[in-house]
Amino acid sequence: MIAEAGHFALVLALALALIQSVVPLWGARRNDNVLMSTADGTAIGQLAFVSLAFGALTAAYVSSDFSVVNVVDNSHSAKPLIYKISGVWGNHEGSMLLWVLILVLVGAAVSLFGGNLPRTLKANVLAVQAWIATAFLLFLLIASNPFARVDPAPFEGKDLNPLLQDPGLAIHPPLLYVGYVGFSVAFSFAVAALIEGRIDAAWARWVRPWTLTAWLFLTLGIAMGSYWAYYELGWGGFWFWDPVENASLMPWLAGTALLHSALVMEKREALKVWTVLLAILTFSLSLLGTFLVRSGVLTSVHAFAVDPMRGLFILIILAVFVGGSLALFALRARDLKQGGLFAPVSREGALVLNNLLLTAATATVLVGTLYPLALEALNGNKISVGAPYFNATFGPLAVALLCAVPFGPLLAWKRGDLVWAVQRLWIAAGLAALAAAAAAFMAGQGSVLAAPVAGLAIFVIVGSFAELVERTALFRVPLGNSLRRASGLPRSAWGGALAHAGLGVALLGIVAATAWSEEHIDMVGKGKPIEIAGRSLTLDDIFLREAPNHQDVVARFAVRKDGLVQTMMEPAKRTFRTRQMTTTEAALATFGFSQLYVSLGEVAPDGSAVAVRAQWKPLVLLIWLGPVLMAFGGMLSLTDRRYRVGAPRPARRAAVAVPAE
Amino acid sequence: MIVRAALLAILLFIAGPALAMDPGEQLPDATQEAKAEALFSELRCMVCQNQSILDSDAPLAKDLRILVRERVAAGDSPDAIKDFLVARYGDFVLLKPRLNEQTALLWAVPVLVLVIGGFAVVLNFRRRNAVADQTLSEDEKRRLEALKANDAG
Repeated sequence: MIAEAGHFALVLALALALIQSVVPLWGARRNDNVLMSTADGTAIGQLAFVSLAFGALTAAYVSSDFSVVNVVDNSHSAKPLIYKISGVWGNHEGSMLLWVLILVLVGAAVSLFGGNLPRTLKANVLAVQAWIATAFLLFLLIASNPFARVDPAPFEGKDLNPLLQDPGLAIHPPLLYVGYVGFSVAFSFAVAALIEGRIDAAWARWVRPWTLTAWLFLTLGIAMGSYWAYYELGWGGFWFWDPVENASLMPWLAGTALLHSALVMEKREALKVWTVLLAILTFSLSLLGTFLVRSGVLTSVHAFAVDPMRGLFILIILAVFVGGSLALFALRARDLKQGGLFAPVSREGALVLNNLLLTAATATVLVGTLYPLALEALNGNKISVGAPYFNATFGPLAVALLCAVPFGPLLAWKRGDLVWAVQRLWIAAGLAALAAAAAAFMAGQGSVLAAPVAGLAIFVIVGSFAELVERTALFRVPLGNSLRRASGLPRSAWGGALAHAGLGVALLGIVAATAWSEEHIDMVGKGKPIEIAGRSLTLDDIFLREAPNHQDVVARFAVRKDGLVQTMMEPAKRTFRTRQMTTTEAALATFGFSQLYVSLGEVAPDGSAVAVRAQWKPLVLLIWLGPVLMAFGGMLSLTDRRYRVGAPRPARRAAVAVPAE
Repeated sequence: MIVRAALLAILLFIAGPALAMDPGEQLPDATQEAKAEALFSELRCMVCQNQSILDSDAPLAKDLRILVRERVAAGDSPDAIKDFLVARYGDFVLLKPRLNEQTALLWAVPVLVLVIGGFAVVLNFRRRNAVADQTLSEDEKRRLEALKANDAG
């Protein structure tokens, strides 16, 4: 009964979405307030009904209702409650339902918080938002109904894929989806602006907070996914250039470009056409990501769906939205007037360079991801495009961009002074050189590139704060004055600096953990320690541990430094009863920002020894601390005064009364 | 005792994931081993999902690692080893595709986007500055002079 109620709620949500797709648009054309304001009711209604559907599916999971196919396929009565709940989106249908839930949530938020938007713009934005909702609700109802029943109902479910039985599943997809779907707002604003044929700085001011919100969630989602893969997959890699990861990286790169170009538009009314195009492209890449992951075109852990009908359906959605919006862009872009002029060396110029490099990086990831698919479809030849390709292409682009990062904020709008900016950065450059030299000296071995890249990371971290140092006149006026100036700075200045520094922090972590890691692989019995990173790792015991739905073979190790036990580590091999699948549960011990990573291999037949892979990952936590800093910076910018007080309403051009003659 | 026996039974039963690299696989010569490991990260484990043979714990990856190590120990160059593997398994084995007519576009795109994008930016600058720098027409000059004269007078 509950499942049917959920199913019906989806149908009602679709009906509301259909109304919202047409009526507000019509109202905006006729400038009819009543028609336009229907969108508010339907947006909230959609949220209510999709929430109801989501609640119904969650109830089915929590109560282990095995008459629902989706629950049978992905749950088990002995599964811990948290995985019963997160299991709701640990499968194709459920995750699409989550996607739609977030979409309508975002739509309702535009309706609730968009009070200061011009009425026609708001109506058009909500209409476009409803087009997307309609498409995906149709997809749910026609091609991936999460509420399908099975008769007779089995006594027990097939359990969730063991790799997904992890707290990571509870957090990673929702974060990622808020990011993906959040970009739909920028898309809807862009399409609405093209429909109206009008766009101004206020538009950018409305779009920026939405884009920033989506971006910061996507940043956290990607970082979270990376950390999850790092500890769950059991060999300590943190980024694999897997197509599924690339699918989330592309909208992130394009979204980052969009954030920066929208800044130019907000401040200087320049780059209008480009910003609109980027808004369209960013969400298109989100849709492409959804298609790649959901259609099963790529086979990997994430692709639960292996159903051509679904793939085709999403492909049609993709084609309609991307093709339609780009066609609209081609038709109407000429109507958008270009704004402020600027010299090549200026803040605007720096942001253009940022956009150029980010676009090239996005294109690289896109072509690297799709090329093998395209080639195989074209002539049947199979090639692989893996990490070494991306290191060789994406790597230099990223390095070029990072070199430029500290300069941007130091250049003035309209016309900047590069020499002046360089002078402001000499301390950062000096520290970077010092760090590179120290790294080269201490590390000795390892890649030749590692030391300069570590230097670059320091340059970005220190250089990101150069603008703040300048604006607070630090070291030039008494400290008290500087502090007063610092507290008077807009929060977006702090946010920007932190986000840029976060890039450097992440880079430092990547370099340290890849170039200067230590690894020991050995068959270990009791009393034969592994020496690693100045510590010794001794096998203490091998034993069995029971849990409701799995059984672990655990090897307990003592980590000693100078003879003293620092911590115990318990890597395990976990066998899940229902699926009879074994996973490697690595053990991680944290020392500062560095980690010791221990995973198990074969156990000797008599149970006295075990194969161990122990890895020392220096500064590895910085890889994820960097994105957290970036997201925090984004959050800080979001609370900036200019967004809190609300954008000023643009003066409506009063209709000039033409005297009758 | 019962626990011990049960443990043993379980341990023997598990044939699950081994380590990505087993103890004793490594070559005794450190420089040769480093050379081999550098190659591992460029070779795909063909039965895995987007893993190199360095990262994979699949039996095939292990066989390939042993094969590559043998070749390295025999003194083959990295390129010769790759040639050998491509002849055996096809281009699919290389994670970094070689530049040929099939992959030209793949390798060209990053550069092309930069060049075309850069070109578009420069062109846009020049066009807009040309618009901005437009000098006054003869007619406008005359009117300006007239205004100035009026002001002075």
